[in-house]
Amino acid sequence: MQYALYVLRRLLTLIPVLVGITFIVFLLLKLIPGDPAVTLLGVHATPKAVAELHQQMGLDKPLYQQYLTFLGHLLQGNLGQSYQYRGVSVSSLVFSNLAPTVWLIVVGTVFAVAITVPLAMISANRPGSVTDGAVRAIPLAGIGLPSFWVGIMLILLLGLKVKVLPVSGFGTSFGGHVQHIILPALTIALAQLPILIRSLRASMLEVLGSDYIVTAKAKGLSRSRVMFGHALRNAGVASITVLGVNLAYLVGSTVAVEKVFALNGVGFQMYNAILGRDLPVVQAITLIFAVFVVTVNLLTDLAHAALDPRVRLG
Amino acid sequence: MTSIPAPIPTVTADAPRQSRPGRNYTLYVGLTLFALIVLAAIFAPLLTSADPLQQNLLQARLAPGSSGHLLGTDDLGRDVLSRILFGARIDLKVGVLAVLIPLVVGSMLGLLCGWWGRWFDTIVMRLVDIVVAFPFYVLVIALVFALGQGTRSIYIAISAVGWVAYCRIVRGQVLVAKEQEYALAARASGLPTWRILVRHLLPNVILQAIVYAMSDIVLSILAIVTLSYLGLGVAPPTPEWGSMIAEGQNSLLTQWYLATIPGLCVVVVGLALALIADGLVNQFNKR
Repeated sequence: MQYALYVLRRLLTLIPVLVGITFIVFLLLKLIPGDPAVTLLGVHATPKAVAELHQQMGLDKPLYQQYLTFLGHLLQGNLGQSYQYRGVSVSSLVFSNLAPTVWLIVVGTVFAVAITVPLAMISANRPGSVTDGAVRAIPLAGIGLPSFWVGIMLILLLGLKVKVLPVSGFGTSFGGHVQHIILPALTIALAQLPILIRSLRASMLEVLGSDYIVTAKAKGLSRSRVMFGHALRNAGVASITVLGVNLAYLVGSTVAVEKVFALNGVGFQMYNAILGRDLPVVQAITLIFAVFVVTVNLLTDLAHAALDPRVRLG
Repeated sequence: MTSIPAPIPTVTADAPRQSRPGRNYTLYVGLTLFALIVLAAIFAPLLTSADPLQQNLLQARLAPGSSGHLLGTDDLGRDVLSRILFGARIDLKVGVLAVLIPLVVGSMLGLLCGWWGRWFDTIVMRLVDIVVAFPFYVLVIALVFALGQGTRSIYIAISAVGWVAYCRIVRGQVLVAKEQEYALAARASGLPTWRILVRHLLPNVILQAIVYAMSDIVLSILAIVTLSYLGLGVAPPTPEWGSMIAEGQNSLLTQWYLATIPGLCVVVVGLALALIADGLVNQFNKR
């Protein structure tokens, strides 16, 4: 019951956020210097054609009406027409490229967790040791890692020098997808390691100093049982939020990383749309990424509240 | 929504329990490293005689260590060392300046939100919720796309997104600080509000924001480098690390160092600023 109330409260906070997101995405059109109709028709368009297109696009109406029209279309799943590919709807264009990006984000997150957990555990197990020092150096050295550059270095080492993995494209079969996603996924995993390791190590150290760990040790439980069964379970809960927040950062870096690996996902499409000055596609992808982040934040909050009752009480 | 920290790497008080007496080597090493990088950028014309824009096709694709070209030359025969040094000027300048506006504006808003609360706080915090809903890079890229390529657009885009983190940090600190005795005493003694805010609260709450600014500089340098790599930032032929990586990627097999060296430079700048941030945290925890 209490949890249901929390979920309801949390869902209500989404409404102003979603309205704000759509408004900012709508405003991108207004930020562009010059007349979108002229951009679309080219500089040699006749004034009559421009005026007609204005009417067609609703540009002659007041701002709030334009926004409401935009919102209305959005609710019907209509994201407009691409400028670059005439007559193609933005939604069909974007959704056909969704799969590689979803693969990238899911596999990348799995890699990130798989690397973070053992490193943070080893490090927190013996604070102050040489291993701990080495693990603690990762966040320092890694904070300035440009994700796309990590990708280029991986291509150089694993794709070109040691020819073990394909370096571009997405493959055609399931097996091909798996092969092609490894390097890009590793790239985004490595780029977010610094923050994840730092946070999990810090919460592990905090948890290891608490009373229930002392009790668990006093009961005579094995070291590994204490570390995994008690400490990691509790430190992990706090790190879920960090992981969720990081996912927002991670999806942003897919634009450059997908470009590096010529992975035809949504991020690469955003890059192509920018080159082609295809505003509706840029707007749609910005919106999709933002909605994705909002959803992930919602799910991490709900998961956090389900795992830790203090959150929903507070 | 407000329970979620900013979607950007933050420096947390990592190991305060090991507060060692003695010198703060982390801070000194970080400051020294960063000072060296800044000096190298400022005195770039003195450190290298080569013009970063001068093409020389007869001397193209020289390997690092060639006579007269310590880091070699690129496809057009331009000296890589000189391009790295002159590139540092742009990347560091834009990186630092792009953080100043968000630091000032965000901290001010956070101060007022924490102090006043009520409708002002509600409005600003809803705005914060909306901005953090966008992935940092995606919103910055979309804004630069709309505003047009160039450093001016980068300043605007990063400022429009970056103030949020400072606002949250300072607001959180003010909420705690305003209930503490010195703040209550200042209020009870009838000081004007601006004086309490500026003279008493601000010095106590700004430290965390400054620590964050160190890693935020890294973040904004990463944004410029990424934008330039995508062809949205600093336009070629101006030397800039991101566009150097993009150019170097084309000849990865034959001249691996062209894409590698500029990336390493970003990593070293990140290391220097991360050390400074950690050192500052240690310093404050010691006091």
